Amino acid sequence: MSTIFGIPAPALYGQILIGLINGSFYAMLSLGLAVIFGLLRVINFTHGAQYMLGAFAAYLLLTYAGIGYWPALILAPLSVGAVAIVIERFMLRRLYGLDPLYGLLLTFGLALILEGAFRYWFGAAGKPYSPPAQLTGAVNLGFMFMPIYRGWVVGASLFVCLGTWLLIEKTRLGAYLRAATENATLVQAFGVNVPLLLTLTYGLGAALAALAGVLAAPIYQVSPLMGSNLIIIVFAVVVVGGMGSILGAIVTGYVLGVLEGLTKVFYPEASSIVIFVIMAIVLLVRPAGLFGQEE
Amino acid sequence: MAVGTQYLAEQPKLRSSSLVLGAVALAALLAAPFFFYPVFLMSILCFALFACAFNLLIGYVGLLSFGHAAFFGGAAYFTAHAVKVWGWEPLSGILLGVAGAAAMGLLIGFLAIRRQGIYFAMITLALSQMFAFICLQAPFTHGEDGIQGVPRGHLLGLIDLNQPNAMYYLTLAIFLFGLFAIWRIVNSPFGNILKAIRENEKRAISLGYRVDRYKLGAFVMSAALAGLAGGTKAIVFQFATLTDVQWQMSGEVILMTLLGGIGTMIGPIVGAGLVIALQNYLASSQFPVTVLIGIIFVICVLLFRRGIVGEILELMKRKSKATA
Repeated sequence: MSTIFGIPAPALYGQILIGLINGSFYAMLSLGLAVIFGLLRVINFTHGAQYMLGAFAAYLLLTYAGIGYWPALILAPLSVGAVAIVIERFMLRRLYGLDPLYGLLLTFGLALILEGAFRYWFGAAGKPYSPPAQLTGAVNLGFMFMPIYRGWVVGASLFVCLGTWLLIEKTRLGAYLRAATENATLVQAFGVNVPLLLTLTYGLGAALAALAGVLAAPIYQVSPLMGSNLIIIVFAVVVVGGMGSILGAIVTGYVLGVLEGLTKVFYPEASSIVIFVIMAIVLLVRPAGLFGQEE
Repeated sequence: MAVGTQYLAEQPKLRSSSLVLGAVALAALLAAPFFFYPVFLMSILCFALFACAFNLLIGYVGLLSFGHAAFFGGAAYFTAHAVKVWGWEPLSGILLGVAGAAAMGLLIGFLAIRRQGIYFAMITLALSQMFAFICLQAPFTHGEDGIQGVPRGHLLGLIDLNQPNAMYYLTLAIFLFGLFAIWRIVNSPFGNILKAIRENEKRAISLGYRVDRYKLGAFVMSAALAGLAGGTKAIVFQFATLTDVQWQMSGEVILMTLLGGIGTMIGPIVGAGLVIALQNYLASSQFPVTVLIGIIFVICVLLFRRGIVGEILELMKRKSKATA
């Protein structure tokens, strides 16, 4: 068996794949956070809960309505996005213009409500969710066996990240969005409905989180607390990348995921803290984050 | 608008009315163990001190730390370990907890003050989560079990703390000491500079103050006082577990302070009392506590951002203005 740095090659490739998958979720979630923060100046603590809601929506659709994975991939983000729009219209909107910390505290409270309620209804244990029949099994890549579903997750998340990036950088709607990020008053003076733009942006960010949740359901199981542990790591990712750039958030997500996977191979004890350590180092060397600018 | 600026009035000078109020409160605290369950009271005192320590940072420097559980829970671990494994006397065990929390505050604060506002909150949250992971894996914390069966021992080798009243009065003394320390810090020249930084950081810099040093100093003091609360809690409850270092605890202390009134002297105490009483009350019912905590958060942020005490003070201020 071939080895690399004294580690069996299949184990190394396996951990890199797991790192890529974790990185996919970091990337999708930090992307949503960056989009929301860019326009609304709100750090969306509910992001983890919205990810969890997406996974639960898929689980509930399957269990109670017999609706499978593929429709859930559309329906879950739509419903979570709709809930998010209600939250923005009736709660977040009242906090614009105040210190951004209030937005953080409000969304933190909402996350506690959602997670507490789901824990009360469904218990803390994870619920299994099987991947669709088309994506089960594994494929031999020559150097390793890859479960098809995991490959699909990496591909789908790359597609989603790229799509969001194109939407923001290359479309008219994205141009409005970027312009409103720079100067909302001026954009409104040009006749763009900025409040509507804010609402849609929050809905889009939440829908992205929910989509990530559906993709995650077959891998991590569906549990009420799946989001809260993840969101803190994603915060660290966001601090490392800086929230100024969409592409920066995506790249940082994948890179940190892979680095975490590699740590699992070479020094497993540190794997749960490696991202935080990297964050500390980045703060020392480049406080604004790798892709960020000092405000 | 900075969070702390909601209640801008300076601390009132010690007037006779507040002296009377203080004397009544002290008498009530001294008599309380004869009317209420002492452990319940001690838990309120510990969390009230924790919330006051947290408020020192958010209320007077305008920094929202989302990681204060690391200092509270970390000190609890240090104290519990010193007292149980090394057989230290309880008060020196608590002091070790304070020193440990201050050292952690220096480390975390040094990193966190490099960014501001929302980033500061995220960095403290991430670093405290890292500490929680370390506590889960380090051998001396005993992972999921925590440190159980910590002996209360004899204070200075003399007073048996296994008597509930002795333990209560020690906790009360520590609480009052911590409160006095905070009051002194806030009303010192140092405290005035902190408030200046909160109001306008750039102006404070242009006046020649090394803002980062003041922020770090306040952060370490806040961490040390949170550690005082955590170390005392470890002796009172005779255990230290992961619950105290996790982010939910950081959230709880934010809620206590927000509910009572950010930037007020007694707001955090009121908030801590209410939250602990609610948790105690709900412990026997079916209703999930987290949901209620979340609901209070949302209501506070949307409807009364000054907190209970802050809103009352604002009302009084308006009244006195109307009559003047």
